Amino acid sequence: MVALTAFSIGVTLAMQAAHSLQQLGAEMYVPDLVMVTLLREMGPVLIAVIVIGRSGSAVAAELGTMKVSEEIEALEVMAINPVEYLVVPRFLAMLVMLPALTIMGNYVGVFGGWAICRFALNFNTAGYVLRALQSADTWDLYSGMIKSGVFAWLIITIACNAGLRVEGGAEGVGQATTASVVQALLAMLVMNAVLTGIFFFGA
Amino acid sequence: MNSSGESVIEVVDLVRRFGDRTVIHDISFSVHRGETLVIMGGSGCGKSTLLRHIIGSMKPTSGSVKVFGEEITTMKEREIARVRRRFGMLFQSGALLASLTVGENVALPLLQHTDRSPDEIEDIVEQKLQMVGLSGFENLKPAEISGGMKKRVGLARALALDPELLFSDEPTSGLDPIMTAVVDQLTLKLTHGTHMTAVVVTHDMTSAFRIATRMIMLGHGDIIAQGTPDEIRTSSNPEVQQFINGEADGPIPLNLSQDEHEHHRHVKPRPFFAARNRFHHKTQ
Repeated sequence: MVALTAFSIGVTLAMQAAHSLQQLGAEMYVPDLVMVTLLREMGPVLIAVIVIGRSGSAVAAELGTMKVSEEIEALEVMAINPVEYLVVPRFLAMLVMLPALTIMGNYVGVFGGWAICRFALNFNTAGYVLRALQSADTWDLYSGMIKSGVFAWLIITIACNAGLRVEGGAEGVGQATTASVVQALLAMLVMNAVLTGIFFFGA
Repeated sequence: MNSSGESVIEVVDLVRRFGDRTVIHDISFSVHRGETLVIMGGSGCGKSTLLRHIIGSMKPTSGSVKVFGEEITTMKEREIARVRRRFGMLFQSGALLASLTVGENVALPLLQHTDRSPDEIEDIVEQKLQMVGLSGFENLKPAEISGGMKKRVGLARALALDPELLFSDEPTSGLDPIMTAVVDQLTLKLTHGTHMTAVVVTHDMTSAFRIATRMIMLGHGDIIAQGTPDEIRTSSNPEVQQFINGEADGPIPLNLSQDEHEHHRHVKPRPFFAARNRFHHKTQ
Protein backbone atom coordinates (compact mmCIF):
# COMPACT_ATOMS: atom_id res chain seq x y z
CA MET A 1 0.00 0.00 0.00
CA VAL A 2 2.82 2.36 0.95
CA ALA A 3 4.69 1.39 -2.20
CA LEU A 4 1.69 1.90 -4.44
CA THR A 5 0.93 5.29 -2.89
CA ALA A 6 4.52 6.42 -3.14
CA PHE A 7 4.81 5.21 -6.72
CA SER A 8 1.65 7.05 -7.75
CA ILE A 9 2.90 10.19 -6.07
CA GLY A 10 6.27 9.96 -7.82
CA VAL A 11 4.58 9.47 -11.17
CA THR A 12 2.11 12.30 -10.58
CA LEU A 13 4.79 14.68 -9.41
CA ALA A 14 6.90 13.94 -12.46
CA MET A 15 3.99 14.39 -14.85
CA GLN A 16 2.93 17.70 -13.34
CA ALA A 17 6.51 18.92 -13.17
CA ALA A 18 7.08 17.89 -16.77
CA HIS A 19 3.94 19.65 -17.89
CA SER A 20 4.92 22.95 -16.27
CA LEU A 21 8.64 22.82 -16.93
CA GLN A 22 8.22 21.88 -20.57
CA GLN A 23 6.68 25.28 -21.20
CA LEU A 24 9.93 26.80 -20.00
CA GLY A 25 12.01 24.24 -21.82
CA ALA A 26 13.36 23.07 -18.51
CA GLU A 27 12.40 19.40 -18.38
CA MET A 28 15.87 18.61 -17.09
CA TYR A 29 14.76 19.94 -13.68
CA VAL A 30 11.98 17.36 -13.32
CA PRO A 31 14.16 15.00 -11.21
CA ASP A 32 15.10 17.88 -8.91
CA LEU A 33 11.50 18.73 -8.30
CA VAL A 34 10.42 15.13 -7.73
CA MET A 35 13.29 14.44 -5.37
CA VAL A 36 13.06 17.57 -3.23
CA THR A 37 9.26 17.54 -3.01
CA LEU A 38 9.25 13.89 -2.04
CA LEU A 39 11.96 14.13 0.59
CA ARG A 40 10.73 17.31 2.20
CA GLU A 41 6.95 17.13 1.94
CA MET A 42 5.10 14.47 0.04
CA GLY A 43 7.00 11.50 1.43
CA PRO A 44 6.52 12.18 5.15
CA VAL A 45 2.98 13.56 4.77
CA LEU A 46 1.50 10.92 2.51
CA ILE A 47 3.07 7.99 4.29
CA ALA A 48 1.73 9.47 7.53
CA VAL A 49 -1.74 9.64 5.94
CA ILE A 50 -1.53 5.96 5.05
CA VAL A 51 -0.29 5.01 8.51
CA ILE A 52 -3.03 7.06 10.21
CA GLY A 53 -5.63 5.22 8.15
CA ARG A 54 -4.10 1.84 8.61
CA SER A 55 -2.38 1.79 12.01
CA GLY A 56 -3.65 4.79 13.93
CA SER A 57 -7.23 3.65 13.49
CA ALA A 58 -6.27 0.05 14.33
CA VAL A 59 -4.58 1.11 17.57
CA ALA A 60 -7.54 3.28 18.60
CA ALA A 61 -9.99 0.47 17.83
CA GLU A 62 -7.89 -2.18 19.56
CA LEU A 63 -7.32 -0.22 22.75
CA GLY A 64 -10.94 0.95 22.67
CA THR A 65 -12.17 -2.62 22.47
CA MET A 66 -9.91 -3.55 25.36
CA LYS A 67 -11.30 -0.65 27.35
CA VAL A 68 -14.95 -1.58 26.88
CA SER A 69 -14.35 -5.27 27.59
CA GLU A 70 -12.78 -4.41 30.99
CA GLU A 71 -9.35 -5.60 29.82
CA ILE A 72 -7.67 -2.30 30.70
CA GLU A 73 -9.23 -2.35 34.14
CA ALA A 74 -8.14 -5.96 34.56
CA LEU A 75 -4.54 -4.99 33.78
CA GLU A 76 -4.70 -2.21 36.36
CA VAL A 77 -6.08 -4.56 38.98
CA MET A 78 -3.29 -7.03 38.18
CA ALA A 79 -0.93 -4.16 39.04
CA ILE A 80 0.19 -3.91 35.42
CA ASN A 81 0.38 -0.34 34.20
CA PRO A 82 -1.62 -0.23 30.93
CA VAL A 83 0.51 2.62 29.63
CA GLU A 84 3.73 0.67 30.14
CA TYR A 85 2.24 -2.57 28.87
CA LEU A 86 0.18 -1.34 25.92
CA VAL A 87 1.15 2.19 24.93
CA VAL A 88 4.94 2.16 25.21
CA PRO A 89 5.52 -0.75 22.77
CA ARG A 90 3.15 0.80 20.23
CA PHE A 91 4.83 4.15 20.65
CA LEU A 92 8.29 2.71 20.01
CA ALA A 93 7.08 0.64 17.06
CA MET A 94 5.52 3.70 15.47
CA LEU A 95 8.60 5.82 16.12
CA VAL A 96 10.76 3.30 14.27
CA MET A 97 8.37 2.20 11.54
CA LEU A 98 6.97 5.51 10.29
CA PRO A 99 10.39 6.96 9.36
CA ALA A 100 11.41 3.55 7.96
CA LEU A 101 8.30 3.44 5.78
CA THR A 102 8.94 7.02 4.74
CA ILE A 103 12.43 6.13 3.53
CA MET A 104 11.00 3.25 1.60
CA GLY A 105 8.27 5.49 0.20
CA ASN A 106 10.90 8.01 -0.90
CA TYR A 107 12.73 5.33 -2.87
CA VAL A 108 9.58 4.12 -4.55
CA GLY A 109 8.48 7.68 -5.33
CA VAL A 110 11.78 8.51 -6.93
CA PHE A 111 11.42 5.31 -8.90
CA GLY A 112 7.99 6.51 -10.09
CA GLY A 113 9.53 9.79 -11.17
CA TRP A 114 12.18 7.84 -13.03
CA ALA A 115 9.51 5.86 -14.92
CA ILE A 116 8.02 9.06 -16.33
CA CYS A 117 11.39 10.62 -17.12
CA ARG A 118 12.73 7.49 -18.72
CA PHE A 119 9.75 6.55 -20.85
CA ALA A 120 7.94 9.85 -21.48
CA LEU A 121 10.76 12.37 -21.41
CA ASN A 122 13.54 10.18 -22.80
CA PHE A 123 15.97 10.72 -19.94
CA ASN A 124 18.59 8.08 -19.59
CA THR A 125 18.67 6.33 -16.23
CA ALA A 126 22.09 7.55 -15.20
CA GLY A 127 21.14 11.12 -16.03
CA TYR A 128 17.99 10.90 -13.92
CA VAL A 129 19.77 9.43 -10.93
CA LEU A 130 22.59 11.92 -11.13
CA ARG A 131 20.26 14.91 -11.42
CA ALA A 132 18.10 13.61 -8.55
CA LEU A 133 21.07 13.07 -6.26
CA GLN A 134 22.65 16.40 -7.12
CA SER A 135 19.49 18.31 -6.41
CA ALA A 136 18.95 17.09 -2.88
CA ASP A 137 21.25 17.62 0.06
CA THR A 138 21.25 15.65 3.30
CA TRP A 139 19.20 18.31 5.06
CA ASP A 140 16.30 17.58 2.67
CA LEU A 141 16.41 13.96 3.82
CA TYR A 142 16.90 14.76 7.51
CA SER A 143 14.14 17.34 7.61
CA GLY A 144 11.77 14.75 6.16
CA MET A 145 12.89 12.22 8.76
CA ILE A 146 12.42 14.69 11.60
CA LYS A 147 8.92 15.43 10.32
CA SER A 148 8.24 11.73 10.11
CA GLY A 149 9.35 11.21 13.72
CA VAL A 150 7.18 14.08 14.93
CA PHE A 151 4.20 12.69 12.98
CA ALA A 152 4.77 9.27 14.52
CA TRP A 153 4.60 10.84 17.96
CA LEU A 154 1.41 12.73 17.11
CA ILE A 155 -0.33 9.77 15.49
CA ILE A 156 0.32 7.27 18.24
CA THR A 157 -0.43 9.71 21.05
CA ILE A 158 -3.76 10.64 19.51
CA ALA A 159 -4.67 7.04 18.69
CA CYS A 160 -3.80 5.67 22.15
CA ASN A 161 -5.52 8.54 23.87
CA ALA A 162 -8.68 8.04 21.85
CA GLY A 163 -8.62 4.29 22.48
CA LEU A 164 -8.08 4.48 26.22
CA ARG A 165 -10.84 7.06 26.66
CA VAL A 166 -13.55 5.02 24.98
CA GLU A 167 -16.83 4.81 26.85
CA GLY A 168 -20.08 3.09 26.08
CA GLY A 169 -19.53 -0.17 24.23
CA ALA A 170 -19.07 -0.89 20.54
CA GLU A 171 -20.63 2.40 19.52
CA GLY A 172 -18.01 4.27 21.55
CA VAL A 173 -15.21 2.30 19.91
CA GLY A 174 -16.42 3.33 16.45
CA GLN A 175 -16.69 6.95 17.44
CA ALA A 176 -13.26 6.99 19.05
CA THR A 177 -11.70 5.39 15.98
CA THR A 178 -13.22 7.95 13.64
CA ALA A 179 -12.27 10.78 15.97
CA SER A 180 -8.69 9.56 16.23
CA VAL A 181 -8.28 9.47 12.43
CA VAL A 182 -9.75 12.95 11.95
CA GLN A 183 -7.75 14.46 14.80
CA ALA A 184 -4.53 12.78 13.72
CA LEU A 185 -4.90 13.98 10.12
CA LEU A 186 -5.57 17.54 11.20
CA ALA A 187 -2.78 17.59 13.75
CA MET A 188 -0.35 16.06 11.27
CA LEU A 189 -1.13 18.52 8.47
CA VAL A 190 -0.95 21.55 10.75
CA MET A 191 2.28 20.27 12.25
CA ASN A 192 3.67 19.78 8.74
CA ALA A 193 2.97 23.41 7.89
CA VAL A 194 4.61 24.54 11.12
CA LEU A 195 7.69 22.38 10.58
CA THR A 196 8.07 23.46 6.96
CA GLY A 197 7.92 27.04 8.17
CA ILE A 198 10.57 26.41 10.79
CA PHE A 199 12.88 24.34 8.57
CA PHE A 200 12.74 26.29 5.33
CA PHE A 201 11.48 29.77 6.09
CA GLY A 202 12.74 30.21 9.61
CA ALA A 203 15.43 32.58 10.70
CA MET B 1 -18.25 -13.87 63.40
CA ASN B 2 -14.74 -12.41 63.71
CA SER B 3 -13.06 -15.78 63.85
CA SER B 4 -9.45 -14.74 63.36
CA GLY B 5 -9.75 -11.09 64.29
CA GLU B 6 -7.41 -9.48 61.79
CA SER B 7 -9.14 -7.09 59.38
CA VAL B 8 -8.17 -7.47 55.74
CA ILE B 9 -10.57 -4.80 54.55
CA GLU B 10 -11.97 -1.97 56.61
CA VAL B 11 -14.48 0.42 55.09
CA VAL B 12 -15.44 3.38 57.24
CA ASP B 13 -18.14 5.95 56.45
CA LEU B 14 -17.70 5.56 52.70
CA VAL B 15 -19.69 8.05 50.65
CA ARG B 16 -19.66 8.43 46.89
CA ARG B 17 -21.67 10.96 44.93
CA PHE B 18 -21.90 11.43 41.19
CA GLY B 19 -23.10 14.99 40.74
CA ASP B 20 -26.12 15.24 43.02
CA ARG B 21 -26.83 11.52 43.02
CA THR B 22 -25.51 9.56 45.99
CA VAL B 23 -24.54 6.07 44.90
CA ILE B 24 -22.89 4.98 48.13
CA HIS B 25 -24.45 6.40 51.23
CA ASP B 26 -22.23 6.20 54.31
CA ILE B 27 -21.25 2.53 54.34
CA SER B 28 -19.04 0.93 56.99
CA PHE B 29 -18.02 -2.72 57.30
CA SER B 30 -14.94 -4.86 57.66
CA VAL B 31 -13.77 -8.20 56.34
CA HIS B 32 -11.59 -10.51 58.40
CA ARG B 33 -8.94 -12.94 57.30
CA GLY B 34 -10.30 -16.25 56.07
CA GLU B 35 -13.83 -14.94 55.73
CA THR B 36 -16.00 -15.09 52.64
CA LEU B 37 -18.10 -11.97 52.48
CA VAL B 38 -20.94 -11.99 49.99
CA ILE B 39 -22.29 -8.63 48.85
CA MET B 40 -25.82 -8.86 47.44
CA GLY B 41 -28.26 -6.37 46.08
CA GLY B 42 -30.33 -5.53 43.06
CA SER B 43 -28.95 -4.06 39.88
CA GLY B 44 -27.90 -0.44 40.28
CA CYS B 45 -27.66 -0.63 44.07
CA GLY B 46 -23.98 0.32 44.16
CA LYS B 47 -22.34 -3.14 44.45
CA SER B 48 -19.86 -2.70 41.62
CA THR B 49 -19.17 0.89 42.62
CA LEU B 50 -18.40 -0.30 46.15
CA LEU B 51 -16.06 -2.98 44.79
CA ARG B 52 -14.26 -0.42 42.62
CA HIS B 53 -13.61 1.72 45.68
CA ILE B 54 -12.14 -1.20 47.58
CA ILE B 55 -9.74 -2.10 44.76
CA GLY B 56 -8.70 1.55 44.48
CA SER B 57 -9.89 2.23 40.95
CA MET B 58 -12.38 4.84 42.15
CA LYS B 59 -11.90 7.52 44.79
CA PRO B 60 -14.64 8.15 47.34
CA THR B 61 -16.29 11.50 47.97
CA SER B 62 -15.47 10.97 51.63
CA GLY B 63 -14.65 8.15 54.01
CA SER B 64 -11.86 5.64 54.27
CA VAL B 65 -11.03 2.23 52.82
CA LYS B 66 -8.18 0.24 54.32
CA VAL B 67 -6.90 -2.86 52.55
CA PHE B 68 -4.33 -4.95 54.45
CA GLY B 69 -4.30 -2.11 56.98
CA GLU B 70 -3.26 0.50 54.41
CA GLU B 71 -5.41 3.43 53.41
CA ILE B 72 -6.04 2.92 49.69
CA THR B 73 -8.12 6.04 49.01
CA THR B 74 -5.21 8.45 49.31
CA MET B 75 -2.56 6.27 47.65
CA LYS B 76 -0.67 7.06 44.49
CA GLU B 77 -0.94 4.67 41.53
CA ARG B 78 2.39 3.05 42.31
CA GLU B 79 1.44 2.29 45.91
CA ILE B 80 -1.96 0.96 44.84
CA ALA B 81 -0.14 -1.35 42.42
CA ARG B 82 1.94 -2.71 45.34
CA VAL B 83 -1.24 -3.53 47.29
CA ARG B 84 -2.89 -5.02 44.22
CA ARG B 85 -0.15 -7.59 43.82
CA ARG B 86 -1.51 -9.19 46.97
CA PHE B 87 -5.03 -9.67 45.68
CA GLY B 88 -6.70 -11.26 42.70
CA MET B 89 -9.85 -10.19 40.99
CA LEU B 90 -12.32 -12.03 38.82
CA PHE B 91 -14.27 -9.77 36.51
CA GLN B 92 -17.85 -10.29 35.47
CA SER B 93 -16.92 -11.03 31.87
CA GLY B 94 -13.59 -12.63 32.71
CA ALA B 95 -11.78 -9.65 31.13
CA LEU B 96 -9.20 -11.84 29.43
CA LEU B 97 -6.77 -10.16 27.05
CA ALA B 98 -8.12 -11.11 23.65
CA SER B 99 -4.71 -11.02 21.99
CA LEU B 100 -3.20 -13.64 24.32
CA THR B 101 -4.00 -17.34 24.59
CA VAL B 102 -5.69 -18.79 27.66
CA GLY B 103 -2.33 -19.99 28.99
CA GLU B 104 -0.64 -16.64 28.39
CA ASN B 105 -3.48 -14.89 30.17
CA VAL B 106 -3.00 -16.99 33.28
CA ALA B 107 0.78 -16.59 33.01
CA LEU B 108 0.60 -12.81 32.68
CA PRO B 109 0.69 -11.87 36.38
CA LEU B 110 3.45 -14.44 36.96
CA LEU B 111 5.56 -13.02 34.12
CA GLN B 112 5.00 -9.46 35.29
CA HIS B 113 5.46 -9.85 39.02
CA THR B 114 7.72 -12.85 39.66
CA ASP B 115 11.16 -14.03 38.53
CA ARG B 116 10.08 -17.62 37.96
CA SER B 117 11.50 -19.61 35.08
CA PRO B 118 9.33 -20.34 32.04
CA ASP B 119 9.10 -24.01 33.10
CA GLU B 120 7.84 -23.14 36.57
CA ILE B 121 5.32 -20.72 35.12
CA GLU B 122 4.06 -23.35 32.74
CA ASP B 123 3.58 -25.75 35.67
CA ILE B 124 1.67 -23.17 37.68
CA VAL B 125 -0.53 -22.28 34.71
CA GLU B 126 -1.34 -25.94 34.16
CA GLN B 127 -2.15 -26.43 37.83
CA LYS B 128 -4.40 -23.35 37.99
CA LEU B 129 -6.27 -24.32 34.84
CA GLN B 130 -6.76 -27.79 36.25
CA MET B 131 -8.29 -26.25 39.38
CA VAL B 132 -11.01 -24.64 37.27
CA GLY B 133 -11.47 -27.72 35.09
CA LEU B 134 -9.84 -26.40 31.95
CA SER B 135 -6.69 -28.49 31.52
CA GLY B 136 -5.56 -28.62 27.93
CA PHE B 137 -7.12 -25.31 26.92
CA GLU B 138 -3.82 -23.40 27.18
CA ASN B 139 -3.40 -22.70 23.49
CA LEU B 140 -6.88 -21.50 22.64
CA LYS B 141 -7.68 -17.83 22.25
CA PRO B 142 -10.40 -16.32 24.47
CA ALA B 143 -12.58 -15.84 21.38
CA GLU B 144 -12.60 -19.61 20.87
CA ILE B 145 -14.09 -20.53 24.25
CA SER B 146 -17.51 -19.94 25.80
CA GLY B 147 -18.43 -17.17 28.22
CA GLY B 148 -18.47 -19.53 31.20
CA MET B 149 -15.04 -20.85 30.28
CA LYS B 150 -13.68 -17.33 29.99
CA LYS B 151 -14.92 -16.66 33.47
CA ARG B 152 -13.15 -19.75 34.79
CA VAL B 153 -9.94 -18.74 33.03
CA GLY B 154 -10.39 -15.34 34.67
CA LEU B 155 -10.58 -17.13 38.01
CA ALA B 156 -7.43 -19.13 37.24
CA ARG B 157 -5.67 -15.89 36.38
CA ALA B 158 -6.91 -14.20 39.56
CA LEU B 159 -5.46 -17.11 41.53
CA ALA B 160 -2.16 -17.27 39.65
CA LEU B 161 -0.19 -15.40 42.28
CA ASP B 162 -1.87 -17.27 45.18
CA PRO B 163 -3.49 -14.07 46.46
CA GLU B 164 -4.35 -13.44 50.08
CA LEU B 165 -7.56 -11.80 48.99
CA LEU B 166 -9.89 -12.61 46.10
CA PHE B 167 -12.55 -10.32 44.68
CA SER B 168 -15.19 -11.91 42.50
CA ASP B 169 -17.74 -9.94 40.54
CA GLU B 170 -20.60 -12.31 39.76
CA PRO B 171 -18.39 -15.41 39.62
CA THR B 172 -21.20 -17.84 38.83
CA SER B 173 -23.51 -15.94 36.50
CA GLY B 174 -23.51 -17.66 33.13
CA LEU B 175 -22.18 -20.94 34.53
CA ASP B 176 -24.23 -24.14 34.53
CA PRO B 177 -25.25 -25.50 37.96
CA ILE B 178 -22.43 -28.04 38.03
CA MET B 179 -19.73 -25.52 37.17
CA THR B 180 -21.27 -23.14 39.72
CA ALA B 181 -20.81 -25.83 42.36
CA VAL B 182 -17.21 -26.39 41.22
CA VAL B 183 -16.38 -22.69 41.46
CA ASP B 184 -18.10 -22.44 44.85
CA GLN B 185 -16.19 -25.43 46.17
CA LEU B 186 -12.96 -23.96 44.91
CA THR B 187 -13.68 -20.74 46.78
CA LEU B 188 -14.51 -22.74 49.92
CA LYS B 189 -11.39 -24.86 49.61
CA LEU B 190 -9.16 -21.82 49.20
CA THR B 191 -10.67 -19.88 52.08
CA HIS B 192 -10.51 -22.89 54.39
CA GLY B 193 -7.22 -24.35 53.23
CA THR B 194 -5.04 -21.32 52.64
CA HIS B 195 -6.87 -18.72 54.72
CA MET B 196 -7.57 -16.73 51.63
CA THR B 197 -10.18 -14.04 52.14
CA ALA B 198 -12.90 -13.67 49.55
CA VAL B 199 -15.27 -10.84 48.71
CA VAL B 200 -17.94 -12.00 46.31
CA VAL B 201 -20.57 -9.86 44.62
CA THR B 202 -23.42 -12.03 43.42
CA HIS B 203 -27.10 -12.34 42.55
CA ASP B 204 -27.01 -16.11 42.73
CA MET B 205 -28.65 -16.94 46.07
CA THR B 206 -27.85 -20.67 46.01
CA SER B 207 -24.19 -19.93 45.51
CA ALA B 208 -24.26 -17.07 48.02
CA PHE B 209 -25.61 -19.21 50.85
CA ARG B 210 -23.20 -22.01 49.96
CA ILE B 211 -20.00 -19.99 50.27
CA ALA B 212 -20.75 -17.07 52.57
CA THR B 213 -19.50 -16.82 56.11
CA ARG B 214 -21.02 -13.37 56.25
CA MET B 215 -23.39 -11.47 54.00
CA ILE B 216 -24.15 -7.84 53.31
CA MET B 217 -27.21 -6.73 51.46
CA LEU B 218 -27.10 -3.35 49.74
CA GLY B 219 -30.03 -1.23 48.58
CA HIS B 220 -29.97 2.37 47.38
CA GLY B 221 -26.34 2.66 48.42
CA ASP B 222 -27.02 1.63 52.00
CA ILE B 223 -26.46 -1.56 53.91
CA ILE B 224 -29.96 -2.94 54.42
CA ALA B 225 -28.88 -6.01 56.33
CA GLN B 226 -25.76 -7.85 57.32
CA GLY B 227 -25.01 -11.00 59.22
CA THR B 228 -24.30 -14.70 58.90
CA PRO B 229 -26.20 -16.65 56.25
CA ASP B 230 -28.54 -17.94 58.94
CA GLU B 231 -29.25 -14.47 60.23
CA ILE B 232 -29.98 -13.27 56.70
CA ARG B 233 -32.19 -16.26 55.94
CA THR B 234 -34.28 -15.64 59.03
CA SER B 235 -34.19 -11.86 58.74
CA SER B 236 -37.50 -10.16 59.35
CA ASN B 237 -36.65 -7.38 56.91
CA PRO B 238 -39.16 -7.65 54.04
CA GLU B 239 -36.68 -6.34 51.44
CA VAL B 240 -34.22 -9.07 52.36
CA GLN B 241 -36.89 -11.73 52.19
CA GLN B 242 -38.07 -10.48 48.82
CA PHE B 243 -34.55 -10.56 47.45
CA ILE B 244 -33.44 -13.95 48.71
CA ASN B 245 -36.71 -15.57 47.71
CA GLY B 246 -36.78 -13.81 44.35
CA GLU B 247 -40.32 -12.44 44.53
CA ALA B 248 -41.58 -9.86 42.07
CA ASP B 249 -43.91 -8.20 44.60
CA GLY B 250 -42.47 -6.50 47.61
CA PRO B 251 -40.95 -3.37 49.02
CA ILE B 252 -38.14 -3.11 46.45
CA PRO B 253 -39.32 -0.79 43.68
CA LEU B 254 -39.48 -2.27 40.22
CA ASN B 255 -38.18 0.68 38.26
CA LEU B 256 -36.06 3.72 38.67
CA SER B 257 -38.21 6.81 38.94
CA GLN B 258 -38.63 8.94 35.83
CA ASP B 259 -36.28 11.54 37.34
CA GLU B 260 -33.50 9.08 37.86
CA HIS B 261 -33.97 7.72 34.38
CA GLU B 262 -33.69 11.20 32.91
CA HIS B 263 -30.59 11.75 34.97
CA HIS B 264 -29.02 8.61 33.52
CA ARG B 265 -29.78 9.79 30.02
CA HIS B 266 -28.34 13.23 30.51
CA VAL B 267 -24.99 12.09 31.76
CA LYS B 268 -24.44 9.91 28.71
CA PRO B 269 -20.96 10.95 27.64
CA ARG B 270 -20.38 13.18 24.67
CA PRO B 271 -18.76 11.22 21.86
CA PHE B 272 -15.33 12.82 21.56
CA PHE B 273 -14.02 13.51 25.03
CA ALA B 274 -16.08 11.06 26.96
CA ALA B 275 -13.67 10.32 29.78
CA ARG B 276 -14.68 13.22 31.95
CA ASN B 277 -17.84 11.52 33.10
CA ARG B 278 -16.52 8.04 32.79
CA PHE B 279 -18.44 6.19 35.46
CA HIS B 280 -21.64 8.20 35.50
CA HIS B 281 -23.85 5.82 33.71
CA LYS B 282 -22.25 2.62 34.84
CA THR B 283 -22.98 2.44 38.49
CA GLN B 284 -24.62 -0.86 39.16
